Amino acid sequence: MRLDAIYRAEYGRAVSVITRDFGDLDLAEDVVQDAFTAAARRWPVHGLPPSPAGWIITAARNRAIDRLRREKTGRALLPQLIPLAATPEFPADDRLRLIFTCCHPALGMPARVALTLRLIGGLTTPEIARAFLVPEATMAQRLVRAKAKIREARLPYRVPDADELPGRLDAVLAAVYLIFNEGHSATTGDALTRDDLATEAIRLGRLLVRLLPHAPEATGLLALMLLAEARRPARTGPDGEIVLLADQDRTRWDPALIAEGQELVRACLRAGRPGPYQIQAAINAVHCTGTTDWPQVVALYDQLLIVAPGPVASLNRAVAVAEVSGPSAALELVDALPLHDYQLFHAVRADLLRRLGRDDEAVTAYDEAIARTGNGPTASFLRRRRETVRR
Amino acid sequence: MPKYLFSIEQPDGPPPGNIGQIMHDVGEVEDAMREAGIWLFSGGLTPADSATVVRGTLITDGPYVEGKEHLGGITVVDVPDLDEALRWATRLGTVIGLPIEVRAFQ
Repeated sequence: MRLDAIYRAEYGRAVSVITRDFGDLDLAEDVVQDAFTAAARRWPVHGLPPSPAGWIITAARNRAIDRLRREKTGRALLPQLIPLAATPEFPADDRLRLIFTCCHPALGMPARVALTLRLIGGLTTPEIARAFLVPEATMAQRLVRAKAKIREARLPYRVPDADELPGRLDAVLAAVYLIFNEGHSATTGDALTRDDLATEAIRLGRLLVRLLPHAPEATGLLALMLLAEARRPARTGPDGEIVLLADQDRTRWDPALIAEGQELVRACLRAGRPGPYQIQAAINAVHCTGTTDWPQVVALYDQLLIVAPGPVASLNRAVAVAEVSGPSAALELVDALPLHDYQLFHAVRADLLRRLGRDDEAVTAYDEAIARTGNGPTASFLRRRRETVRR
Repeated sequence: MPKYLFSIEQPDGPPPGNIGQIMHDVGEVEDAMREAGIWLFSGGLTPADSATVVRGTLITDGPYVEGKEHLGGITVVDVPDLDEALRWATRLGTVIGLPIEVRAFQ
């Protein structure tokens, strides 16, 4: 039965079309859910309709109209709604509207991520709860609260005007990137990666590029995710342990994803409107060539720091500087950064101190890093490294 | 259309030196709100330590919540959605230089 796949692919589109027509997100979710329940009963018996998405949207619309007929407030609205409900076509930008509502800056980041995965990604509440290792009731509550805010504060259901679009798009891209990062390097749990989240983020990234073909930062984010994802099979060994970039078996990288990502990076370069995601994609493109050209990576980080200065980018630049100018120069840069609560800050320091033979300080730094990681494989990697210093 | 309350959170103590300029700029933003047909009400409050609290028949010296910041003034606008409300709040907040909480009326 392909219903699961159809659900994942079409849920967001159906919810966004019904929300547009009826202006009510809760109603839309209810009736689309009902339509899928009806489909689960009907399709195995009668076969798949020619357009499953069209069938779902029509069934959901009919249910919405039925429901509004029964409600007093709905009856007043119906005359306006019926002509809309009769239009068969559903423009692609309905999902875009819904994405901008889900990722409105008036919502907190956890709410944006949960709404996007639920409404656009079509993940169920238990699936999202599992992905972020929070109790199902907590995730359900988070979604209820977020939807209540959308309703009560009247968050608009539309694509922002051109003058607001860049800032609002940043909020969308940040949510998608956060989903990807959690999939790429899980903050907690026994596995380094959570592949379902990374896959979902890439699916969202592809959708954004399709809906916003002239937004180079959306393309940049997709390229960045594809190039990072391409290296995933080589990032862990047979027992789930971490393998560093330099030691990775490059034959295990995914050549199709690399080719696609590098083509997108080239398209960004041609567009000539660089931004943080595009530059990070370019850095990943350099990492995905045969041997990393570190001076080139440092130069790209210099560019990144011009458009998006920040201590985390400076830390990553220092890692590249270590490869070009040696660990001593890098350590000087790292020590100046205000990142003492950040696991990677201590991990990078530890590695630089280890390379400089400053073993006692390295052990202390490893301890600081281990204390700040909730991820199993990362912690065991750091412990193994610490042992090599102690010997 | 939905109505929104803008609450201006103001630090206690004397007003800043350029208060005259600020009030002039606020007046201009309010004029723009009236022109756009969205302005319903606005007003600044006397200092929070002049507030009085009533609980049933009991009357005590205020303010109700202790703190270093209190509600300094409000504006009520009538706009189609949150984005429009946020646009006006941003404009007002920029001339006042203080945070503004935006909440919809039921």
